[in-house]
Amino acid sequence: MKVLVWLIPILPAVAVLLNGLLGRRILRDKAHYLGVGSVGLALLCALIVILRVIADPQHPIEAKLYPWIFAGSFSVDMGLMVDSLSAVMLFVVCGVGFLVHVYSIGYMHGDPSYPRFFTYLNLFMTSMLVLVLADNYLLMFVGWEGVGLCSYLLIGFWYERRSASDAGKKAFIVNRIGDAGFILAMALIFWTTGSLAYHDVFAAAADHQITTGIATAITLLLFIGAMGKSAQIPLYVWLPDAMEGPTPVSALIHAATMVTAGVYMVVRSQALYLLAPISMDVMAGIGAFTALFAASIALVQNDIKRVLAYSTVSQLGYMFLGCGVGAFTSGLFHVMTHAFFKGLLFLGAGSVIHAMHEEQDMRRMGGLRRHIRGTYDTMLLATIAIAGIPPFAGFWSKDEILASAIKGGHVLWWVLGLCAAFMTSFYMFRLIFMTFRGEERFDTEQVHPHESPPSMLQPLRILAVLSVIGGVIVGIPPENGLFHKFVAHAFHNQGEHAVHAFHFWPDVPLMLLSTVIALGGLYLAYLFYIQDPERPKRLAEKFAFAYETLLNKYYIDEFYDAYIVRPVKWSTDALWSVDARVVDGVVNGFGAFTRLYANWSGIVDRWVVDGAVNGVGTVIQSGSRAFRLIQTGVVQNYLLVMALGLFVFATIYLIAL
Amino acid sequence: MPLSWYLVFGALLFMIGVVGVLTRRNVIIVLMSIELMLNAVNVTLISFSHYLQDLRGQIFTLFIIAVAASEAAIGLALVISMYRGKSTFNLDEVNVLKW
Repeated sequence: MKVLVWLIPILPAVAVLLNGLLGRRILRDKAHYLGVGSVGLALLCALIVILRVIADPQHPIEAKLYPWIFAGSFSVDMGLMVDSLSAVMLFVVCGVGFLVHVYSIGYMHGDPSYPRFFTYLNLFMTSMLVLVLADNYLLMFVGWEGVGLCSYLLIGFWYERRSASDAGKKAFIVNRIGDAGFILAMALIFWTTGSLAYHDVFAAAADHQITTGIATAITLLLFIGAMGKSAQIPLYVWLPDAMEGPTPVSALIHAATMVTAGVYMVVRSQALYLLAPISMDVMAGIGAFTALFAASIALVQNDIKRVLAYSTVSQLGYMFLGCGVGAFTSGLFHVMTHAFFKGLLFLGAGSVIHAMHEEQDMRRMGGLRRHIRGTYDTMLLATIAIAGIPPFAGFWSKDEILASAIKGGHVLWWVLGLCAAFMTSFYMFRLIFMTFRGEERFDTEQVHPHESPPSMLQPLRILAVLSVIGGVIVGIPPENGLFHKFVAHAFHNQGEHAVHAFHFWPDVPLMLLSTVIALGGLYLAYLFYIQDPERPKRLAEKFAFAYETLLNKYYIDEFYDAYIVRPVKWSTDALWSVDARVVDGVVNGFGAFTRLYANWSGIVDRWVVDGAVNGVGTVIQSGSRAFRLIQTGVVQNYLLVMALGLFVFATIYLIAL
Repeated sequence: MPLSWYLVFGALLFMIGVVGVLTRRNVIIVLMSIELMLNAVNVTLISFSHYLQDLRGQIFTLFIIAVAASEAAIGLALVISMYRGKSTFNLDEVNVLKW
């Protein structure tokens, strides 16, 4: 079992290596054998592991490999752990991941960077699986950063497009702000509890070793991390731009899995959050506000993927609202159902874009139901699910969150959530109506919409089934269904307030209210986009200011540009000029001084030292000029001198004798 | 005949050789003059050997004759090599041995 657990992230990692090394030269358009195959095997392993957890949810599987870091009192294990919470995430990540991989075979077919796409996608799977399976915060952070990297790589997958590479950078930089919070939170956790392993930290929390103040600081910092990763106000701006990436990426990373990592982390840390009521309130408020804010922007967007992107931000807001009012399991439940229907919506949108030859503007679509029936049917089911019409999946999870909010006494958040639910229903049916119903607003001579290949349609159908039944099976009765009982094992029933019982009052009236609101949104969308398609235009003219504000996304990007990006740029410019003038000036001045000194010393060397040496040489040379005439080179001269010398010496000798 | 005659003869012969070496320009004649000087030494050695009744002087002479033979061989070889390099026998033209 331990080996199986480790195989889950390692299988895609092996495929990353092989695809990355051999993809471009050897595998080329067969890269999906490895890419999809490895994820398929990982899914198989994951299913076995999940079945084991379901069979015995009291005892999580722990798979420690080795002590990863130990320095003094600091030690971190390279360990994975599967409890019921990880099992849910494992199911979502591997399940949706596998379907998206299959879908990509058709969608990315013929792309020149086909192997690169699968390399990145598998790397994402590895990172995401490490994130959800880790048994300590540090290893989770490794996965956390890994998915951030893959998000960057995949948003900028078509990097030759300026907007795509800019969007990738934006996503990465905005995420860094959140990551800084995460790192500080980890430092604080270690400082307080002396460990980063979940087991120790939560034991310390349950033991009340962490004071409320510290717990508030930790959880707020963790929430900043979650804000970045899960696109909450004020760090949500990267997610809509992330739609520059290929559509399967939007489905997998920016809807189903990576953006829910923040929610997973919060649910995982619920023992800490329960110690910090202030953090819970902040989280609920930001979640509710984000849900409404993003939904209102989605009302008027015309790009099919942008509508879905803002919808994702809005739904993530719901999840945090759920966590913030104490319904962590409901938040996680929404993560799962959202993964099904939002993954399906994005894949469906991809299918539409594919059919329309890369057209993304819904104003130039319409009437597609006749051409791509399979896509329409599945997307319609997902839309009903996200709108919250029973008995589809989204209804159960969203209704639980709203019910928890009102039951916990958070009336304001509940009202915001209901308004957002109404908008959700409206903008989703608006999307369906604008895309698939009405008359064809594209050039029927030029564009002939065609249905996508089976490799793209089959994942849609499977996700459609999950979107329909995913809530009913595990979510009834609300707040006490199979799902909740299963997940509760991860927290030994101590984390969350004891699992709620289902009561006729107030649950059934609340459910009815949600349903009415969802149907109201549907009806309004019908009035606007089927009955009288001119009506939205008139309304937009009448409320031009509101319409413009929404269309321009509340000018948040412009606001950030003016008040954050430009001041940062201005200050870097200022620092640069300080650098250019002062620092460079000092360095250059020092250099100039050194050169001056060297020149001076060169002159001394040339004239004084060289002069002395050459002077000695010159003196000797001119002094010896006379003597050198003796050397005639004629041997007989030398002999003559020798003979004379002998004669002289012999004479002296004889005379002295 | 008294010893001094032989010694004077040897000295004269030696002086002829010295003058030959110092004055002649032809390298072959210079070599011949060197042989003359060697033989003058031989004469002196033999006269002393006879006068002192000691055979060591004559043995010395035999050695000198042998050395002179090899010296002549080397000298002639030098002459040939000089001629190849300079195409001359004139010693005044062979004056590279200076500063």
